[in-house]
Amino acid sequence: MDIKTILLLVPLLPLFGAAVSGLLRNQVGRAGAHWVTILAVAGSCLLSFWVLYLQMYEGLETLNYSVYTWMVVEGVTFEVGFLVDHLTSLMMCVVTFVSLMVHIYTIGYMHDDPGYQRFFSYINLFTFAMLMLVMANNFMQLFFGWEAVGLVSYLLIGFWFKKDTAIFANMKAFLVNRVGDFGFLLGIAAVLMTFGSLDYATVFTAAPDAAGETISVIGGMEWGLLTFICVCLFIGAMGKSAQAPLHVWLPDSMEGPTPISALIHAATMVTAGIFMVARMSPLFELSDAALSFVMLIGAFTAFFMGLIGIVQNDIKRVVAYSTLSQLGYMTVALGVSAYSAAIFHLMTHAFFKALLFLGAGSVIIAMHHQQDMRYMGGLRKYMPVTWITAWLGTLALVGFPFFAGFYSKDAIIEVVHLSERFGAGVTYWLVVAGVFVTAMYSFRLLYLTFHGKEKFEVVEGADPHAHLPDGQLAHKPHESPLVVTIPLILLAIPSVVIGWLTIEPVLFGGWLSDAIYVAEGNDVVAALGEHFHGATAMAIHGVQTVPFWLMLAGFAVATLVWRFRPGIAATTKARLPGLYSLLDHKYYFDEFNQKVFANGAVRLGQGLWKKADAGFIDGILVNGSAKLVGRVAALVRRWQTGFLYDYAFSMIIGLIAILGVWVVLR
Amino acid sequence: MIMGIDLQVILFYLFSAVLVGAALAVISSRNPVYSALFLVLTFFTAAALWILLQVEFLAVVLVVVYVGAVMVLFLFVVMMLDINLVPLKEGFVRYMWIGIPVALIMAFELLAVMWAKGRFGTDQFPVPADRAADYSNTRAVGEWLYTQFLLPFEVAGLILLVAMVAAIALTVRQRKDVKTQKPSRQVRVKRDERVRLVKMKSEAPASKGGN
Amino acid sequence: MLTSLSLAHYLTLGAILMCISMAGIFLNRKNVLILLMCIELQLLAVNMNFVAFSRYLDNLDGQVFVFFILTVAAAEAAIGLAILVVLFRNRRTINVAELDDLKG
Repeated sequence: MDIKTILLLVPLLPLFGAAVSGLLRNQVGRAGAHWVTILAVAGSCLLSFWVLYLQMYEGLETLNYSVYTWMVVEGVTFEVGFLVDHLTSLMMCVVTFVSLMVHIYTIGYMHDDPGYQRFFSYINLFTFAMLMLVMANNFMQLFFGWEAVGLVSYLLIGFWFKKDTAIFANMKAFLVNRVGDFGFLLGIAAVLMTFGSLDYATVFTAAPDAAGETISVIGGMEWGLLTFICVCLFIGAMGKSAQAPLHVWLPDSMEGPTPISALIHAATMVTAGIFMVARMSPLFELSDAALSFVMLIGAFTAFFMGLIGIVQNDIKRVVAYSTLSQLGYMTVALGVSAYSAAIFHLMTHAFFKALLFLGAGSVIIAMHHQQDMRYMGGLRKYMPVTWITAWLGTLALVGFPFFAGFYSKDAIIEVVHLSERFGAGVTYWLVVAGVFVTAMYSFRLLYLTFHGKEKFEVVEGADPHAHLPDGQLAHKPHESPLVVTIPLILLAIPSVVIGWLTIEPVLFGGWLSDAIYVAEGNDVVAALGEHFHGATAMAIHGVQTVPFWLMLAGFAVATLVWRFRPGIAATTKARLPGLYSLLDHKYYFDEFNQKVFANGAVRLGQGLWKKADAGFIDGILVNGSAKLVGRVAALVRRWQTGFLYDYAFSMIIGLIAILGVWVVLR
Repeated sequence: MIMGIDLQVILFYLFSAVLVGAALAVISSRNPVYSALFLVLTFFTAAALWILLQVEFLAVVLVVVYVGAVMVLFLFVVMMLDINLVPLKEGFVRYMWIGIPVALIMAFELLAVMWAKGRFGTDQFPVPADRAADYSNTRAVGEWLYTQFLLPFEVAGLILLVAMVAAIALTVRQRKDVKTQKPSRQVRVKRDERVRLVKMKSEAPASKGGN
Repeated sequence: MLTSLSLAHYLTLGAILMCISMAGIFLNRKNVLILLMCIELQLLAVNMNFVAFSRYLDNLDGQVFVFFILTVAAAEAAIGLAILVVLFRNRRTINVAELDDLKG
């Protein structure tokens, strides 16, 4: 097949699957829906890997071409086009592979759900949208994919649309993302205004010329034009990739089905912001201020969101805060110009976080949709596969040497250490401390879920479909079916080995150099590469570094507190009520947003409705003008006598007046 | 020439005086019949003035069409209607105090426009030469009308036709006490309205076993 | 003024005729018949101007216009009188003061 046909098929296959399973859901049935969608994604995945293979071994050049020109307005071309370089193909493979795993897993997870076909249709649609996003060669298509994944995310968070919390969560996700997207759109508009083009290549080529220009923003401040563009674009990334303070929607998005949490809210969609910034590296490299901003936001998110994870009881929310924290790491990497490190972490994180989410989902299936970890415990003997894969995923997450997360996270910490950007010092301490926090909440999750005493009781003879009180189960938990465990195993393998296998080409081998531009003095990855002597050596060296010992310390504390001395947690909680409630309320972000923005908007709306709409517009403009016309008409109608001669008289008077004007003027 | 005054001028003033007088009489007569008759006189003098201008065709048309047809129609209507004239003259004197000043103001304005700066004097509009003896005004108008103004002429004919139809349609009256035929009703009649088929029981044979 | 006839003479005559008919509309405001006659007078005044201009400009268009005005005036008179007849038949009066149906 022609390479362009292949590339066209990659996104179109999932779109086709989504259309079939969505529009013809009654015709194809449940089995038909999952077969057609899984085959579509599998085909897409195979073709993606084929493209990757061609690039690795056949020397396939970077492709940048237009597929379809939508319209041309005043010299600006809006088109659908593909830019396929190493970054794109890497993202394509990650997206389609995780998506395929999640598709298979969904067969088991959504087994009893009445919206089975709808669900498959949505996740296939999501795959399409995400592929369009990563394959875009222009800002318009990027924005299309960006909004399309947002739409599917919205639909899927509210998938159980009869659940009030789900509706609230999807509305929240939607609104918070609007804030980010507004910035993003402003950024794109600024790009269009500055460069007169939406095409990546054109913009990136022209970018250095615009480096010195400034723009006047609100309040008359003069900002560097590129700083303004980059900050606006990054605000979009903050919304999509859930960076503080626009992170609030992500924990709530856990109301959606677990496969979605794995695919959209951990592995792929939330990393779209990271991908976007990496793609825009030729722009961001020209603005140190924007990069510092990116880095500090990321550092804040990485550390403080991790802390919240320690006090959460909902198993999925713990993983969600972990995701926030890891996204923070990626953002930090972007901020220090280590774009390849960010993409590398994005890739490893996609595998192990999807694994952890799917593992959590497996536990949730076994516990009959009980998500509170306080009613779990001791599950390892009931579900060994889930247990082992969860351990592997956790080790990858905390960065245990040789595991995938170790390489990516250690690389990020090291490049931050090497960076001399403004704020890098603080950032370094925050990300290092984050390692300790990560280990704490990760092992806490494992202990509370799989180890220790069983904190649920099996009520014999209870109806298995009835909703039982917390801590009660109708029958013993058991291992999930094969369609659930096989994806777990398939994801566990890359979670363990992908870092060791790929760190050398991705980070130091220049694999991404055709997509990512790093300015001369900023190349911390290259500086790191000077000390790199192979993946194994790095792992062995890693044992001697601070992060490793911090990780071990976190492990030790978690083991002590949640495995052997459960009393310590309660005592600490009682001793530090302020800190606990601060974390428990997630730094009061939600309360603040609710009070200020939501209630403020409601109050503003009511004020406008009562004063402006009902009072001014209805009362004065609409009814007032009607009344005025009525009054004037009541006066004027007295002149209308109905007698012919009165009208004739008026006409003659008018004629005389006109003639009078004529006489005077001429 | 009489005493250095052109005869045409004398005639103009003479006819103008008659015209104005007749017009005044039209608006001030107590009886509409007199008004109509004075109107006839007005048109006659106007026709005479037009002949003075050597516009013979229109002068004749004015007499034939207006005096012969329209004015007769007026008279006819005036006489046909049994009008109580007293209330119609009410307020004649009262409105004089408005009507006459208004008319005078108007006349003043019109004349001011006309005579100021000699706009329409002989300097701007020299007196036209008399027509040649073989000049036919009727022919000239006819040629002009049937070439340059053919379409408006046709439209004018159509307007007259429509006016005729409208006048008849307005005044025609269906009297109930007169027996008339209604052709449209006759044409539209249907069988059911004229013939009624009645279903009847067939008569039983007089005898059954006759043969 | 007296030696020759200028265009202004005829226009003045037309203006006077117009003003007289205007006054007539005022004075005879109650009699529809006289009102119609006054309108005829006004048309005559207009025609007078047209004819005078036509002659002094040596342009036949003015006379053609007079021709059309006569046509339309005849049509107007016919319809106006027909309306008058119908009016009288229905209301037994032609007093304008009693015709105020225009006022709702």
